[in-house]
Amino acid sequence: MKIVVDFDLCESNAVCMGIAPDVFEVRDDDFLYVLNETPPDELHEMVRESAERCPKQAITFEDA
Amino acid sequence: MTRLVVVGASLAGLHAAVAARRAGFEGDISLVGDEPHYPYDRPPLSKNYLAGTIEAEALRLRPAADPAETGVDWELGRTATGFEPSPDGGGTVTLDDGRRLAGDGVVIATGCRVRTLPGTDRLAGVHVIRTLDNATALRAALADGPRRVVVIGCGFIGGEVAATARQAGHDVTIVEAASAPLQRVLDTESGLAVAELHRSHGVEVHLGVGVARLDDADGVVRTVVLDDGTELAADVVVIGIGVVPNTEWLADSGLLLDDGVVTDAYCVAAPGVVAAGDVARWPHRGSGEALTRIEQWDNAVEMGRYVGTRLVHLLTGDGAEEAEPFDPVPWFWSDQYDRKIQLAGAAADGHETVQGTVAEQRFVRLFLDDGGRVTGTLCWNRPRQAILARRLLATGADADEFRQKLA
Repeated sequence: MKIVVDFDLCESNAVCMGIAPDVFEVRDDDFLYVLNETPPDELHEMVRESAERCPKQAITFEDA
Repeated sequence: MTRLVVVGASLAGLHAAVAARRAGFEGDISLVGDEPHYPYDRPPLSKNYLAGTIEAEALRLRPAADPAETGVDWELGRTATGFEPSPDGGGTVTLDDGRRLAGDGVVIATGCRVRTLPGTDRLAGVHVIRTLDNATALRAALADGPRRVVVIGCGFIGGEVAATARQAGHDVTIVEAASAPLQRVLDTESGLAVAELHRSHGVEVHLGVGVARLDDADGVVRTVVLDDGTELAADVVVIGIGVVPNTEWLADSGLLLDDGVVTDAYCVAAPGVVAAGDVARWPHRGSGEALTRIEQWDNAVEMGRYVGTRLVHLLTGDGAEEAEPFDPVPWFWSDQYDRKIQLAGAAADGHETVQGTVAEQRFVRLFLDDGGRVTGTLCWNRPRQAILARRLLATGADADEFRQKLA
């Protein structure tokens, strides 16, 4: 799995960080950082949920 | 178990259908929606879709990205007109084309529609925003050159439309009947900060005054007349004065209707019948078991997922015993200009600001009940703190922990 965030859409609502804190982090500068663009299998479900729950629909992923 | 009928094809209905599939439901799922469009995301309708920076195709909700893959039978452009619960569970939904869809399980997710000002429905130049078609019409009305825009109601939709229109160079006036914006959800000072935000961008804001009438010329709106006699010239009027739940089709169903469909703590309205999203009203533990109806994006997703899973468990008997009541920490956001306003939980009379200041339009505020417990948090351009606060609310942290972690 490879995560792609559309930073033109992302508005740092940090929902993804709430669901998958090992993958997504919104820092004090209010920008989202993807900590791991190719997360291990056990995190895939959380990434999928983050993508569906993102209020800006800014997260996509490609199944490798 | 052969069929689920989901009535309402927006956020809650779609997520209910998808959750039912993921919970192992293998029968047919009918997804009924009264709009002709596949499920789309509504928040951008008052923001970037209205501004013209994204197109309708980009609004499609992720689980419906490829409608053929969603795993449902689409019944779009169809309105449910009646419902007859079955004593065995589920029931039969009647559609406006006369067909009857029987479901072993039924999801009610018909949402809300906008409130309008009596007598203004047929006036040209008067707009509301709820549907994609509404937003497309307003977008077209704002397309050629500066217009005089009067926004009636400064809730989140009104505020966002005003911000979007102002940023596009229109001449914008807001009229709010309450003494401060957003008084249903925020404290007075924070509400006034929203008014100030608009004024600082050159929007004229009238507070504490209602609209007496709209005057027109040949059916085209010309003037908004306020209760104090003020006359506001208008090319475009946008009404954002709240919504009402769509429950008329359930009038003869025998279900309990009271400002929405009333359910138990598990979102169950009758055997095999569940309700989710803006239309559902349930005893929310986080609100002291008070019947609660939440008109928020995230709640629609979460409640939709909950009822979809719950319904399958009820039908199969698997996992039904262990189910927890639906008990979310409500959360919403609003983007106005470059500010992001996020409220988690609920506001209360008591509050303290633990970071930043209202004046600099970047702060974190805690709401406290009489016993000093945190009931909610308001994060104003503080997204990182907003998600932290939501987690603290979910775990029932004490006020000192909020102060420490959010300061």
